[in-house]
Parts: sequence; C-alpha cells; structure tokens
Amino acid sequence: MAGSVSRRGFLGSAAAASVVGTVTVAPGRAWADAVPPNRIRLSVNGKAYEIDADPTVTLLDALRERFGLTGTKKGCDRGQCGACTVHVDGRRVVSCLTLAIACAGKKVVTIEGIAAGDSLHPVQQAFVDCDGFQCGFCTSGQIMSAVEVVAQGTARSDEEIREAMSGNICRCGDYPNIVDAIKQCRVDQNRGAHS
Amino acid sequence: MKTYDYGSASSIRQALSQDGAYLAGGTTLVDLMKLEVVTPTRVVDINSLPLRGIHCTPLGLRIGALERMADVAVHHEVARRWSMVSTALALSASPQLRNMASIGGNLLQRTRCDYFRDVRMPCNKRKPGSGCPAVNGDNRMHAILGTSAACVATHASDLAVALVALDASIRSQDRHGERLLKLADFYRLPGDTPSVENQLRPGELITEVIVPALDWPQTYVKVRDRTSYEFALASAAVALDVHGGVVRDARIAVGGVGTRPWRLQAVEQALRGKPATEDSYLEAAKLAVVGAQPLAGNGFKVPLVQRTIARALAGAR
Repeated sequence: MAGSVSRRGFLGSAAAASVVGTVTVAPGRAWADAVPPNRIRLSVNGKAYEIDADPTVTLLDALRERFGLTGTKKGCDRGQCGACTVHVDGRRVVSCLTLAIACAGKKVVTIEGIAAGDSLHPVQQAFVDCDGFQCGFCTSGQIMSAVEVVAQGTARSDEEIREAMSGNICRCGDYPNIVDAIKQCRVDQNRGAHS
Repeated sequence: MKTYDYGSASSIRQALSQDGAYLAGGTTLVDLMKLEVVTPTRVVDINSLPLRGIHCTPLGLRIGALERMADVAVHHEVARRWSMVSTALALSASPQLRNMASIGGNLLQRTRCDYFRDVRMPCNKRKPGSGCPAVNGDNRMHAILGTSAACVATHASDLAVALVALDASIRSQDRHGERLLKLADFYRLPGDTPSVENQLRPGELITEVIVPALDWPQTYVKVRDRTSYEFALASAAVALDVHGGVVRDARIAVGGVGTRPWRLQAVEQALRGKPATEDSYLEAAKLAVVGAQPLAGNGFKVPLVQRTIARALAGAR
C-alpha cells in the first residue's frame, strides 16, 4: 500500500503503547506493597510492552487496542469462540477472559510471534497448504490452538483432533481442512524425526 | 466492566485479609464482571498461593485448589484410579478454558441460566426478590430436580457431579481457621434464597479437594446438544461394584438436571443385589426422577436422565 498511514492507523486506533528496550518482568505485586504500580510491563512475543495498570483491561484489549497487535481477533468476547486464543507461559488461553494485569511477568505469544522472520511457522504453512481457512477471522485463534495440539501430539485421529480443536469455532465451517492441516503437521513432524 | 482494585496475594493469610473476590483462572469471574453480573470492588489474584499439587495415596486423592482442570484431566494416576473425575474434566468446557480454570473455581462456577447472565432481566439469584423469568420462560436447559418457585437454574459443573458420587470433601480456610466440608452438603438447594449457593462464608477460600479411594469400575457420561464444548442436558457419574453378575454396590450422581450436583442414593439402594443387566439399570433409574418437576421446555430430561444413568452403568469400566 502506498504511503505510510495504515487503514487501522488512519481510523485512529493506533497503538498507544510504548515498546521498552529490555524484557523486565514485574512480578505480581503483593498486596502488602499497598500502592499498586501505575504501570505494568508485559512480555509479548519476546518484546516488553508497558501500559497503564488498569485492572479492568483484558489481555485481548491490551494486545489489540494498546499494542496494535491486531492479529488476535475479538469474536464473542465471552470465552466461547476461541478467536482470541494466545499462549500465556506456553499454554493456549482465551485472551478475552484473561486480565492483562494478571499477565505481568508472564510470557505471552500471539499469532504475530510464531513465524521465524519471513518463514512461516509449520502450522501456518500447513493452514496455507490445506486451505485451512475461508474468511480468515478465526484463523489466528485456530493456528494458536493447533500449535499446542501439534506440540502435545496426543490427538491423532480425526475425531481426536476435532475434540482437541473444539474450543475454536469456524463459522465458515472449514473444519475438514483445519483437521487436514494438523494432520499434515504431524506427518511433517514424523518425517523430521526420521531425517 | 465496573472498576475495581486489583492485587496479587503472596500468602493465604494475606488473601484472607483482603475482603475481595478471589481470581484464579478467571473463566467465571472475568466473564461475569464483563457482563456486570458480579461487580466486586476488590479482586485478589490468588495464583501465587501454594495451593497446587495432585497427590495420589492408597487412601485417596488430594488436589490443590489452584490445579488447572487440564492438568488433572491428563494425570495418569487420576485417570487410572478415579476415571470418572478425569472423564468429567475432559468433557468440560474447551481446551483453552481447561488450561485456565482451576479446580476450586470449577466448583464455584455460576449457573449458565441466560436470565442470570443478563442484567436487564429479573433474577432471584442475582437480585433477590426480583423474580424468576425462567419458570415460565425459556427453560429447556433448566433443572427438574431441587427446583423452587424462586429458581430453577441448573448447576453447571461436571467435575462436581463426579466428586459428589465419590463422597469427596473440600478443605477451606477463613480468618478463623480451617474446616472440611462434604461436597454433597456444601451446595444448597435454592429454596427462597437462591442467591446463597453454598456454605462458603464471606472471604472463605477453598484450598484443597479430597477424594476417597474407590477401586470400582466407573465412568462419566455426558449428553449434550453438540458433541463437544457444551453444557450437559443430562450427565451421570457412576461407579459399580459387581461380583458374579450381581451388583454389590453402586455410586451414582447426575448433572444437568438438578439445581445442585444430584446424588441418587435411592437408585444405588435399588441396585444392590440385582443382576448387573441393562433391565435392572433402567428399572432402578426410574427412582432418579421421583419428585421431578419438569417445566414447559425441559420435560425431555425426565426420560433422558434415566437412560443416561443406564448407559453409564452399562459402560462402567
């Protein structure tokens, strides 16, 4: 796109967050410390971000509205659709029911953080190869879930994969291709192990 | 969300002194705060407290209240010796929510009644005295057992159903000390005060769940509108002690049909000494619905829960 103003920036929801130089963790403040810190630092995709310590802000809103990381999507905002799935300390969670302030000192990974430079993560590549999406709105959540499912390696049959992915709703109904993408990752994993 | 103070407690004593809503996994609390169904002025994050650990001993199982549902669900020893617990957990919610939600929080989750969750509607559980639109409204998902004129909401936990069948207890603490409560006695019937759901005192914190050993074949069967990620229409946690084709003893509790996890001692009694056949199971299961009060939308649960019990008894392994 020509010019340096993105659509999202133009619409005025540009990130208000500042990226600070080092990854400093603020461990959960003990209540005895009385005055809550008025800034909190979050580690997202290995970078440190700092925001006002508003305890009512969800991780999802912090990512999208404060940090400009809009790859994570807001679907139902009720913990029912999985579009907002991210990893916190290596486990997939729904960021809409996670308080940002409770993530201080934890490692958050979003869809923006799984590729290695220009090389897609194997799960991202598998979704491309298998057409694992149609409209794409649920896809970042699907992929973040699939990364955990592939890493755990316990879901093998179609039925097991569907159960392991049941927290991610796709209203386009692209489930068969999503299952195929996860199976392709498993095949690639096994090839990798033998090569 | 209404604003609140937030702090993280570094010791149990400190948590108990705060007079706040305890935050563990947040899957109930954050959800209901966003809906403004609950509006605490102070939230106490308890995730740093030393309430972890899954301990299996010959006498039983102890689970720290902050253990996550996902971790208990895949624990090998729990799956081997208390399979109805692992199965109930594995069939609960979604993988993301199981990664987040704590065991203690699961037992305290609030009903999924849509009227309770919508602050524009009356609800005796949320706003005592305001009325219950579910009694004459949309009540397909509601209870048929333990209901009152004031409330017909179903208890939503699968885990609690298994734990009630297994005679589990919870350990809790408040500023005055510690106590042990049988989970079956912990949950109250709605009666005239559906807003009071259990015996927990203000500020009291569940610290541990204790499950006695029971080496009988067992299972948890959950019937729902879709295959996964849905609350029960009817569920049954059963354990069955069979010798020479005859039932010596049984433990049975049902979910999705009661205002609290529903133990069925009458069905257990009726099974003792009967042949371990599907006919005996269906016959005994009739006692499950004695006194049931179906509503306009949920009469189907009367036969459904009986068949769910029979299917679970036939499938206990």
